[in-house]
Amino acid sequence: MIPVLLIVIPLVTGLISFFLKEERSAKAFALLSSVATLAVSLISLFQSGDSLSTDASWLPMLGSRFLVSLDGMGKILTLLTAVSFPIIFAATYNNKYKNPNSFYGFMLLTQAGLMGVFCAMDLFLFYFFWELALIPAYFLCSKWGGEKRIAVTFKFFVYTFLGSLLMLVGILFVYFKTPDHSFAISSLHNLALTAGEENFIFWLFFIAFAIKMPVFPFHTWQPDTYEQAPTAVTMVLSGIMVKMGVFAVIRWLLPMFPAASVRMADFIMIFAVVGMIYASLIAIRQDDMKRLVAYSSIAHIGLMAATMFTGSAFGMQGVIFQMFAHGVNIIGLWIVIDVIEQQLGTRKFSELGGLAQKAPVLAIMFVIMSFANIALPLTNSFVGEFLMFNSVFNHSVVLGAVACISIILAAVYTLWMVQKVFYGEVTNEERITLNVPINTQLMLAILVAVVLFFGVYPQPMINLCAETVTKIIAQIK
Amino acid sequence: MAKLAYLVPLFPLIGFLINGLGRKTLSKSLIGLLGCGVILASFVVSVGIFLQVKQDGFQPQIVHLFDFIKVQSFNIPFSFQVDQLSSLFLLIITGVGFLIHLYSTSYMHNEETQHYGRYFAYLNLFVFSMLLLVLGANYVIMFIGWEGVGLCSYLLIGYWFKNNNYNYAARKAFVMNRIGDVGFLLAVFWILAKLGTVSYGDVFAKASTFSTFDVTAITMLLFVGAMGKSAQIPLYTWLPDAMAGPTPVSALIHAATMVTAGIYMIVRSNVLYTMAPTTQAVVAIVGLATAFLAATIALKQNDIKKVLAYSTVSQLGYMFLGLGVGAYTGAVFHVMTHAFFKALLFLGAGSVIHAMGNEQDIRVMGGLKKYMPITHITFLLACLAISGIPPFSGFFSKDEILAAAYEHNKVLWLIGAITAGLTAFYMFRLYVMTFLGGFRGTHDQEHHLHESPSAMTIPLIVLAILSVIGGFVGIPEAFAHNAHALEHFLSPVIVKSADAAHGLDTSTEYMLMAISVALAVIAIIYAWTRFSKKPEIAEAEGAGKLLANRWYVDELYDKIIANPLIALGGFLKNVVEKSGIDGLVNGVGRGVNYAGRQIRLMQSGQVGNYILLMVLSMVLMIILVFYGNNLNPVLKYFSK
Repeated sequence: MIPVLLIVIPLVTGLISFFLKEERSAKAFALLSSVATLAVSLISLFQSGDSLSTDASWLPMLGSRFLVSLDGMGKILTLLTAVSFPIIFAATYNNKYKNPNSFYGFMLLTQAGLMGVFCAMDLFLFYFFWELALIPAYFLCSKWGGEKRIAVTFKFFVYTFLGSLLMLVGILFVYFKTPDHSFAISSLHNLALTAGEENFIFWLFFIAFAIKMPVFPFHTWQPDTYEQAPTAVTMVLSGIMVKMGVFAVIRWLLPMFPAASVRMADFIMIFAVVGMIYASLIAIRQDDMKRLVAYSSIAHIGLMAATMFTGSAFGMQGVIFQMFAHGVNIIGLWIVIDVIEQQLGTRKFSELGGLAQKAPVLAIMFVIMSFANIALPLTNSFVGEFLMFNSVFNHSVVLGAVACISIILAAVYTLWMVQKVFYGEVTNEERITLNVPINTQLMLAILVAVVLFFGVYPQPMINLCAETVTKIIAQIK
Repeated sequence: MAKLAYLVPLFPLIGFLINGLGRKTLSKSLIGLLGCGVILASFVVSVGIFLQVKQDGFQPQIVHLFDFIKVQSFNIPFSFQVDQLSSLFLLIITGVGFLIHLYSTSYMHNEETQHYGRYFAYLNLFVFSMLLLVLGANYVIMFIGWEGVGLCSYLLIGYWFKNNNYNYAARKAFVMNRIGDVGFLLAVFWILAKLGTVSYGDVFAKASTFSTFDVTAITMLLFVGAMGKSAQIPLYTWLPDAMAGPTPVSALIHAATMVTAGIYMIVRSNVLYTMAPTTQAVVAIVGLATAFLAATIALKQNDIKKVLAYSTVSQLGYMFLGLGVGAYTGAVFHVMTHAFFKALLFLGAGSVIHAMGNEQDIRVMGGLKKYMPITHITFLLACLAISGIPPFSGFFSKDEILAAAYEHNKVLWLIGAITAGLTAFYMFRLYVMTFLGGFRGTHDQEHHLHESPSAMTIPLIVLAILSVIGGFVGIPEAFAHNAHALEHFLSPVIVKSADAAHGLDTSTEYMLMAISVALAVIAIIYAWTRFSKKPEIAEAEGAGKLLANRWYVDELYDKIIANPLIALGGFLKNVVEKSGIDGLVNGVGRGVNYAGRQIRLMQSGQVGNYILLMVLSMVLMIILVFYGNNLNPVLKYFSK
């Protein structure tokens, strides 16, 4: 029942939202809806057994069932989704959008799609939700984005659509290979594939997921899209949606094609690690807060991508832990960036400076989030990155050592941003004030609390996904 | 008492939280009281722990708090280890740390209240991190403190964040430390990969299973970490820049916390280092080279804090020399005495800077002796201590390291002894130019010269006493049999290496002492006579210019590392990313667009064309229907 609620609440409220008239009611309605979803998600943490899965008839002629279920990893990802939306809505509550009813409607539909992706245990259903999450996102970017939104959304669309098509071909292929012509995850774990077939289908899926994450060299849609999308949408894209790719690899790709995963591991890991350094070096040269964070995110996701293929239990723990941590941290960074952009009208380092004097609270929050971004111990990402770097190092000393260079580079570019934006003398004297709304401050405080809590005491979350990890490791061995 | 070890870091953490959150509501006196009080409380607990540890037959105790990271069988507990080594460091950190806090209440009193609160919050956090570092019972907890002190130094060096030069210095410190941290982290991974544990007890017990290659690699990587934190070649350049922070912060970084972390870590891992003679040789050579290089740079610096900063780098080099030749006790001994006299020197310098109205250039000082008697006399004692003049503390610890170096290799000793001479020379150049002669500053400054208030002078006096008598805990074998209390105290945590057993004979040791003391005395007399008559005011020329510009090492790093990396970033951003990958993607996009436009041409609106297409399609369908069976193998392949 719980996964159904997680999907249905945002889906239904999202559809209703399109018919709301006033801006205020659309906002409040979306916030309420997301809080309700959060409540359900929190309840799910204390549930086990039957309440966590539902199996209903859906498309019998295709052999696809409405099969949704939450395991530990699913709980963590749905929790991330459920936590993020109210925070995003509340933190950006003061932003104005034209056609707010459809804006919030699309946002909630995206949430429904994301929830579905993280709950689906039927591959066709998964694909359905995958597209359900993406299509509203295209509209959000193209209708509410920045100046270059049309061209950029087109690029985003073509990239991800290409990925989706490849995945669809792959899905149909494996469907015909299941003994009982079914899309259910249990049937898909026992595919009888030749090595050649497995390799081929592996790539169809992997490219789709790699574009979504994104992994070098499939990443160029991402900085443009993050830059042009309205920041609330960027938060969804970077905080949650990129995790779809990582999640899908762990949920579907590795168990379906264990042998191919092992064969391709080194190749993919090399690309992922090269991408980490590549993106970090580019981040050093950015002059725009959004683009810098975008490249930083590519570097961080690169580490997850590399770790997933090491086949080690604690690496996998690290990836799942980090999906949550990265989501929380990057949303925190975006919230601060959004405040700055909304009030000062720029995100360029060259036009900013000395904001710590105007908005000390904002500066403190941003500095904490920045240190979380560079995985300082006692912030949440240290735990995830420690586990991940460790497993990459165990897999290959050279790759591990090269990947670790990104630890240094992350400090270089992140502190550079902090220094240029918050320290130094105040520029732009004429724009004296920078008011941080109380709701935004509150949301940042919550995020900081989450960052520190899981940084000091990560064990609850590690325990939550321990079972999933054990199962996946057993499947790919 | 050892069970209460968690209180030691807990108090500063509480202080950090209250001062940090209440910096706008609390009064200055309350902030100061709280900031100092928590450190004093930690010090009291530390003394209690020390007294317990000091008893004979004390066994190391592990205080388990909770499981930090536990994945399957792999467990990193959040736990503390109380033993001889950690309890000694607790005393140094909280004791010297408290004096620095006390001093700060007065030194920083002109700051706005909220910044005053921020300052004390950072200071408490700094002590907290350092305590975590030395108390941790495994390498991961040590690493938490390790990066924590990096964070705090970043925050405090950039404390005056309006000044961009300070921000650069702060960032440089953090990044250079991070380079070292990566080395540390890789060493931890290596240990984990081989042993599956990072707890000291387990690692040292199982150390014999390491291959020579493993142990050499691990110790080298750990040493890279130490290079960053303890400012050794090639990662030392951040430390002299770190004096951008308020002066008491420099005292904290240089004496009680931060830079001693590298020494602590190697002493903690002495089991591993003793197994890796190659690494030991590298440690000794890097340490000695750093000691010498930094001493030469200090000869020509004119900023009072810069001279002290390079002297710290140099003294740290000595400690690494000691570690490299297996004199672990000697290194810890020097950490301790150095903490006393270097804290004293920095706080004394702070007192001078305070009186001079934030002037740091010794060329415009001089004659301060008569205005600031307490600062003067304590500073002089510290200079004597660092120069290794008996019976001051620095003599004993430096002698122990040099004697061990002599035993190892006479060349190491010789360069060490020459460096000791240089040390005495630049310290007395500093002393003479600051306190003797006539005042060379402006009339306005002269008018304001005054002795500092008692909150600042009391720490100076206490540290001066410690600098004078601190050496007596380590009286060498040559003077009295079995009088080295420190060595006796630390013996349970330090592995005895085979070759250290015999020791030097008494006459050789007396001779070595005599030579190094003679060198120091000559250097002092030379500096005294040279600079008291004619202070060095002119810009340096020739070789002096090279030294004054710090051998141009910063410029070299910019040229060979920073600039190429930045250029590479630009190349990737503008060429590879924009024209390469994105160009390819956009090319595909344009191709699709082009195809779309071509196909659109077919929708010409001319009925004739449509009919033609319709007919063609029908023909195609008929062919498929009638001959479609021949395509079956293909379809079958997909539906198998």
